[in-house]
Amino acid sequence: MIEVKNLVKHYGSVRAVDDISFTVEKGEILGFLGPNAAGKTTTMRIITGFMPASSGTVTVAGFDVFDQGIEVKKRIGYLPENPPLYADMRVVDYLRFVAAIKGVDKNTIDVEVHRVAERMSINDVLEKHISKLSKGYKQRVGFAQALLNNPPVLVLDEPTVGLDPKQIIEVRELIKSLAHEHTVILSTHILPEVSMTCSRVVIINDGKVVAMDTPDNLTARLKGSESILLEVEGAIQDVQNELEKTPNVLSVAIQPLAIPETAQYVVESTVGFDIRKELAARIVKNGWGLLEMKTSGLSLEEIFLRLTTKEEEVN
Amino acid sequence: MGNVYTIFKRDVRSYFSSPIAYVVIGLFLAVTGIFFYLMLTSFLQYSYAAMMQRQNVPLNVNLMMIRPFLLNTCVIVLFMIPMITMRSFSEDKKSGTMELLLTSPLTNWQIILGKFFATYFLYVVMILVTFLFMIFLFIWGKPQLMPVLIGYLGLLLMGAALVALGNFISSLTENQIVAAVGTFAGTMFLWVIGFAADFAGKIFGPFFGYISIVQHFEDFSKGVFDTSHLVFYVSLTFLMLFCTYQSVESSKWRG
Repeated sequence: MIEVKNLVKHYGSVRAVDDISFTVEKGEILGFLGPNAAGKTTTMRIITGFMPASSGTVTVAGFDVFDQGIEVKKRIGYLPENPPLYADMRVVDYLRFVAAIKGVDKNTIDVEVHRVAERMSINDVLEKHISKLSKGYKQRVGFAQALLNNPPVLVLDEPTVGLDPKQIIEVRELIKSLAHEHTVILSTHILPEVSMTCSRVVIINDGKVVAMDTPDNLTARLKGSESILLEVEGAIQDVQNELEKTPNVLSVAIQPLAIPETAQYVVESTVGFDIRKELAARIVKNGWGLLEMKTSGLSLEEIFLRLTTKEEEVN
Repeated sequence: MGNVYTIFKRDVRSYFSSPIAYVVIGLFLAVTGIFFYLMLTSFLQYSYAAMMQRQNVPLNVNLMMIRPFLLNTCVIVLFMIPMITMRSFSEDKKSGTMELLLTSPLTNWQIILGKFFATYFLYVVMILVTFLFMIFLFIWGKPQLMPVLIGYLGLLLMGAALVALGNFISSLTENQIVAAVGTFAGTMFLWVIGFAADFAGKIFGPFFGYISIVQHFEDFSKGVFDTSHLVFYVSLTFLMLFCTYQSVESSKWRG
């Protein structure tokens, strides 16, 4: 549905986007993840035809963004980072205006406006002036605008910014429900959002793609080793020796606790071996107290940090 | 064409649902009204004096009243244009709605023409309201109609060029004040360059005179319709619209 190839964008001497390529299949939700100023917004603006790329191509539904801009724009609903609202208009007039410039047939404009108003539950503010709305409602009106004329592709730049936790959950549910009929690209720097809503993640940093996969695979791939957290009551030196003797253990880190003879141990082991049973057996055999045991998988957050900081080390 | 009208309609509504249109038109009416009153008073004194001297031919209203009034209005217009056009593009750029327009299936020309016609509509309404003054003259005097109509045609043509200039400058910045000051500098330049023409010598003199926007209006104010002035105003309008197009297009590249 969307194909981005070798996209480059310069601002003067700065390379905001540096050779990005990816594709999005129909019905997919692609999460665009990266720290601020990583090039997320720039990439989205190029896809929506707001600005041209310095080099590289973007095609949406087979149309080239640069050569057949109008055809692409007909097929994209775009919610920019700041919702593009006319503060002096009433919500309903604003939506009618956007519907008109998006080419909704004159006779069906009102039906269409009410459809998106229903979907975003902004029915009760339709008659209000936009300047009087709260941030959350403004965001939703901006979202409603993107849904007008039912575009097959949605590009959402940080759609949950400025919403309260309840609204954030609603918007996430909405995005998920949209995936059946729309292809969605959304950007965010909120990590749980990606694992909750997206079927695929592109992590970008400094204008480059650092990783691209499903959230689950990304987590699995980055787990170079598995780590197990233990809390054991027993002579620290003995426990450490015993743990290190266990097969497949790579390293043991100790974190003494305030209680005497008790410490937390982080045990790193080779991937693919579950050593929990063995560890428990050894601890019990020595008469120590096993107070706690859990595997600590890497969260998306840690992966994100690893990827984006690794990048800096290379530079 | 439908899209141009949609943009036009929204902008016009926004001007007339905010105080902007009323403040601009009100201010313009007040200023031109004062001048109209002063000119009418002195015109009446002249005609009274002429009557006392038992002159049978009444003074020419077109020449002595309407012509100076139109010339005067033409200069006041130069001060009003920045207020009319300052919002046109700047407001959209600032609030981010330009991003909406540029990512909607619209061509740049549709956006530019819609916005140009909206500001021009406000200008036309402002000019036509002063026609009220003329109606008084027609009720109590006998001016000729054609010179008045040609004078107003001149105001409308000159206005198109100036409004296009204002739109162009508004498209360069997202700050309305900068847009207003820039447009003001532009209109003043096109006026003052006419004064310079007298001192600029044989080569530059006629050239400066030619680009002075007010000098082209003088024939119109006399009721003379000369196509060379029409060509000047129309080409200036197109030039400015073309510059606006370039500005909108290049702002995309700059990001």
